Amino acid sequence: MRNYILKRLLIAIPTILGISIVIFLIMHLIPGDTISAMIGTQYKLTEAQAQSLRAYYGLDKSLPEQYILWLVNALQGNFGLSVRAGTPVLSEILSRFPLTFELTILAMIIALLVGLPIGILSAVKRDSILDLFGRLLALIGMSLPNFLMGTLIIYILSVYFNASPNSGDYVDFTTNPAANLQQMIFPAITLGFAFSAAVMRTARSSLLEELNKEYAQTARAKGNREQRVILKHCLRNTLIPIITLVGFQMGYLFGGAVIIEEVFALPGMGRLLLNAISQRDYALVQGTIVFIAIIFVLVNLLTDITYAFVNPRIRYD
Amino acid sequence: MTSRSFRKTTFGRLLRHRSGTVGLVIVLVYLFIALASPWITPYSPIAQHTKDRLKSPSSAYVFGTDEFGRDILSRMMAGATNSLRVALISVTVSGFLGTLAGILSGFLGGWAENILMRLMDLIFAFPAILLALSISAALGPGDSNTILAISIVYMPIFARVARGSALQIKEMEFIEASRSLGASKLRLILQHVVPNSLTPTIVQVSLALSWAILTEASLSFLGLGTLPPSPSWGLMLSDSRKLMELAPWMAIAPGMAIMGGILGFNLLGDGLRDVLDPRLRSGSGMNK
Repeated sequence: MRNYILKRLLIAIPTILGISIVIFLIMHLIPGDTISAMIGTQYKLTEAQAQSLRAYYGLDKSLPEQYILWLVNALQGNFGLSVRAGTPVLSEILSRFPLTFELTILAMIIALLVGLPIGILSAVKRDSILDLFGRLLALIGMSLPNFLMGTLIIYILSVYFNASPNSGDYVDFTTNPAANLQQMIFPAITLGFAFSAAVMRTARSSLLEELNKEYAQTARAKGNREQRVILKHCLRNTLIPIITLVGFQMGYLFGGAVIIEEVFALPGMGRLLLNAISQRDYALVQGTIVFIAIIFVLVNLLTDITYAFVNPRIRYD
Repeated sequence: MTSRSFRKTTFGRLLRHRSGTVGLVIVLVYLFIALASPWITPYSPIAQHTKDRLKSPSSAYVFGTDEFGRDILSRMMAGATNSLRVALISVTVSGFLGTLAGILSGFLGGWAENILMRLMDLIFAFPAILLALSISAALGPGDSNTILAISIVYMPIFARVARGSALQIKEMEFIEASRSLGASKLRLILQHVVPNSLTPTIVQVSLALSWAILTEASLSFLGLGTLPPSPSWGLMLSDSRKLMELAPWMAIAPGMAIMGGILGFNLLGDGLRDVLDPRLRSGSGMNK
């Protein structure tokens, strides 16, 4: 087991390095840099001032040099300065991260709370009205884009309930949990809905498969009631693919959170990223994307390890 | 006799697959509107009827008008052209390049496989929408950049699918037979591996199209895709947000269009998978 974890960790390092190179290259595909973007706008820089600013931000060096410099700094937790705000990129990211993290976790909880029971019931009562309803729900969940659902929720809330989830300042969880949850619940439902469809589908097909396996037949043959066969024997194995799904979807939820935050006007990492993009604050864009990608890789790593724990068969390949 | 053999073809079997048929019909309707929209829209999609701003749906404007007095039905239809054009081009590019990379790495193995698949893994290591977003952010908004972003992001999926089939086919006896007859590697790939590995790719194309429509709409919604005043569903939906309480029809029409498109290609893809690959049928069984 320890070897397995070590091996996975060693694979993660080149992946993260590769990601940082890719992001770095993408960000430098852009014609012109932040400084020349500034010249045209409110700052009215002379060419000489622009040169010294470029030197200050290290933008006058060659690409590989810039990358190495950036990497060495990043390894020490220094992702550079946000050119617009003048603050360190990492502190900007860390101040926005808790919101996005909370949104992702809440969405995941909602998706599991909705998707698991419906998926399990759908499999147990196959081809019943309930199953049909569940499958319909899964179909809608798959094809309803989250930004559309968010827009509809805001519309319904403001027109029929006279509530506007978008107004007012964001309150964080530690200051006032109740007010915070009130603000977060609809964005979380929006983000979690599509994922609950995926959970439902996986739970249903996985349980159906388990119910037909030989050990389930044996359990039935021993005289167990069907309920016990499902709860005691099959459910546990059904959960294995769900764990994988949850792990691998976590990263996608993070990506989805970017859009949801924009729809619901929440000041998380997604809005940080989109604002940075529109203000051409490349250090901030680069830092945020690398940060999210690293989290994505780490969560996948954790998923692999958890998977190896619950399913010993794959540990030794 | 003819009807019996028709029932056995892929197409015939797809027609007996209920949700697959629904998907096929939706896809055909979308394709028709997308192709014919320059001739069949009731008004020009960018003409501003300044006297008729924010009109609710009526016989003159079936889905109402927006804040510039533009006909929403016409914009929706022209939006189909835009959305499907982006989706079809990007899926063609990513499907071609991804399949090529997958087949080459699966069939040749060795260093070619290592380089190609590591590259694909790297793309795969990002949350898809985020990578598309960063590429669009770097290159700037606009259709061609959206196409590039979607193509790059979806490439690894095609590569994995194709590599899987190529690996299987490589070991089959008819390949060995052909090789012992002196066929070159190129001939083996073109004559045998490519045609035999296309089935799972066809399924993937339909699913990729639904994803591409979603991504194009998301990017446009965030202001990183199609540029105004070109009609795009994502952009229309984004514009509708500030006028939501006044003119909800501005959101409903593009919303339905996006959802229908995604649903259609998804159902068709699932149907094709059930029909083309019976091994996977027992597992999912969701959309029958």
